[in-house]
Amino acid sequence: MSQSASLPLVESLLEAPLPPSGIAWLDQAREQNRGAFAAGGLPDTRVEAWKYTALRALGQRRFAAVDVDAQNHDVDPAAWALPGVDGVRLVFVNGEFRPDLSLLDTLPAGLSVLPLSQALHAQAEPLRFSLSRHYADIGDAFAQVNAASARDGVVLRVDARAKIDVPVQLVFVAAATSVDLAWHVRNVIELGESAELTLIEQHVGHGAAAQLATQVSDIELAEGATLQHTVLQQTTENTNLVRRTAMRLQARASATLHVLELGGALVRHDLHADLVGDHAQFHSRGVFMPHGRQHADTQLGIRHQALNTSSTSHWRGVASDRARGVFRGAILVAPGADGSDASLSNKNLLLSPSAEIDTKPELEIYADEVKAAHGATVGQLDERALFYLRSRGIAIAEARALLTAAFCRAMLDDLPNEALREHLSNLLMAQLPNS
Amino acid sequence: MSMLQIENLHARVEGKEILKGLSLTVNAGEVHAIMGPNGAGKSTLGNVLSGRDGYEVTAGSVTYNGIDLLALEPEARAAAGVFLAFQYPVEIPGVNNTYFLRAAANAQRKARGEKELDSMQFLKLVREKLKVMQISDELLHRAVNEGFSGGEKKRNEIFQMAVLEPKLAILDETDSGLDIDALQQVAQGVNMLRSPDRAFLMITHYQRLLDYVVPDFVHVLAGGRIVESGDKSLALKLEEHGYRGIGESHPAGAQA
Repeated sequence: MSQSASLPLVESLLEAPLPPSGIAWLDQAREQNRGAFAAGGLPDTRVEAWKYTALRALGQRRFAAVDVDAQNHDVDPAAWALPGVDGVRLVFVNGEFRPDLSLLDTLPAGLSVLPLSQALHAQAEPLRFSLSRHYADIGDAFAQVNAASARDGVVLRVDARAKIDVPVQLVFVAAATSVDLAWHVRNVIELGESAELTLIEQHVGHGAAAQLATQVSDIELAEGATLQHTVLQQTTENTNLVRRTAMRLQARASATLHVLELGGALVRHDLHADLVGDHAQFHSRGVFMPHGRQHADTQLGIRHQALNTSSTSHWRGVASDRARGVFRGAILVAPGADGSDASLSNKNLLLSPSAEIDTKPELEIYADEVKAAHGATVGQLDERALFYLRSRGIAIAEARALLTAAFCRAMLDDLPNEALREHLSNLLMAQLPNS
Repeated sequence: MSMLQIENLHARVEGKEILKGLSLTVNAGEVHAIMGPNGAGKSTLGNVLSGRDGYEVTAGSVTYNGIDLLALEPEARAAAGVFLAFQYPVEIPGVNNTYFLRAAANAQRKARGEKELDSMQFLKLVREKLKVMQISDELLHRAVNEGFSGGEKKRNEIFQMAVLEPKLAILDETDSGLDIDALQQVAQGVNMLRSPDRAFLMITHYQRLLDYVVPDFVHVLAGGRIVESGDKSLALKLEEHGYRGIGESHPAGAQA
């Protein structure tokens, strides 16, 4: 037992009964992950990946395991309405699938999508590989908790060569409860050969939800598959959200991510992409904008493991008030991944003297003829640009907002859905102080 | 009442005194050229007048249409009709040129208590000015000055001036780094904007801009003060003899 096992958070998570599945391999995997969590406990800041994200305060809190009202919360659809997005929708409230709020009546040909709770009943075997993973080897305590406790989530498959032309919206709502609540969702997403899919993943809050939510997503792209994935996180300010997204890309597969981290209390996202097939491509663009006392931590890990793979990652952070942003971008070009091309940049703005952003790009290259570039900066707005705008009559507060918005908006430039791009750009504007 | 009255202006940059008792009077409708050697304080004058941070006025006054210009924030000076064409226009990635100009025009109108322009009205105004300035409208769709050539940046400054219609335009070495064609285009733009109720302060190192924009007055700024004033023939004299002679016959401190 680790020292942290006595923490109220760990105690309360370990007290939660494991959901019985009636599937032997799944029950076993849950037991094993639960055991690994009990043994390892929570990481402290001596662990490199948690150096800037202290769990001390969170560790003192207890979270209940079950929300008896999960099926009954009345949630306003405005919470997830997005212009330019009107197709298939799955809504989860406090970790449970809500058929009444979802839209699954007419699925396009080639798309199959079910909540995990139903998929396990219908056909569990295809999920065995994903759901029997152990997270002890990578030391991810929250993934262990998730693997032990997640009862619902999204199981989505796109058949080979199917081009799904409507966006699929995955909505995770944190709804206020009378007790502090922990909930967990597990997503398994697979794109067949040359399949195409647009995913919109939303994390929203409804009422002041004091929660700890974990999410683990496995996303597999077969040869030549194309994924456009937009993540919009705008939970309320007392929602703690810890996510792990693991992508694997086969030959010529291409994934493009746009991530906006706008809400939450403590928010952590481990985003990993393994480029395992030749010419696979991974592109990520992200903005994190913590304000108040929010803490937003993104850990990006990209592994180039095949010939001529490429990745571009451009992330921007803007912290105001007493907020804290953390970004770690690690790129590995493995032996044999010759001809790979990787670029990573993280630029940050501090809008207040009490705000802090810690950024760390890492590059490890073990292959030949590799192009790699990385850089990270933390600074203030360009004084020359600010004066230029003011000299033309634009008041200082507006000039600051204009420059900050431009700084972030650049990350949305290549988002193909114009209505969505415009909407997200307005959300960024609205999030700025003084605007 | 004169439009601009600068009296005994002293200003410091990073603790170093650059302007040392500069006095100058400019009336509406007049074009004044300020010439002088490098380091004389020419750009400092433009920056002090437009309110840039880091320029500390230690003595003297600047009165603009009866008000204390130095007491105003940069944006308030702009709204009052003061415009600085930058020597080095700033690139602002992510801010569209048209959006920027409309925000500027409307901020100024709002500050003056005038009605703001809607996008149709603004577009109409912009199209008129583009035509007059002979600038392609492709420039409107780009980010402010981003990737512009040196000539495009300077023309964009003059275009902004045309749209914002200031009362007092300060051109800080607008001619520097321009080839002869670009220089002529810029000069033509300035000439179009000359009017009885607008004044120009043209800061320049060389005489050549003055071949195209003929000034009413030429002043020599040396050692932080105006050491000689005259009509356009003074510029020709400077071209012939250089600043050396002027600096020596009128040492900056001699009359202080």
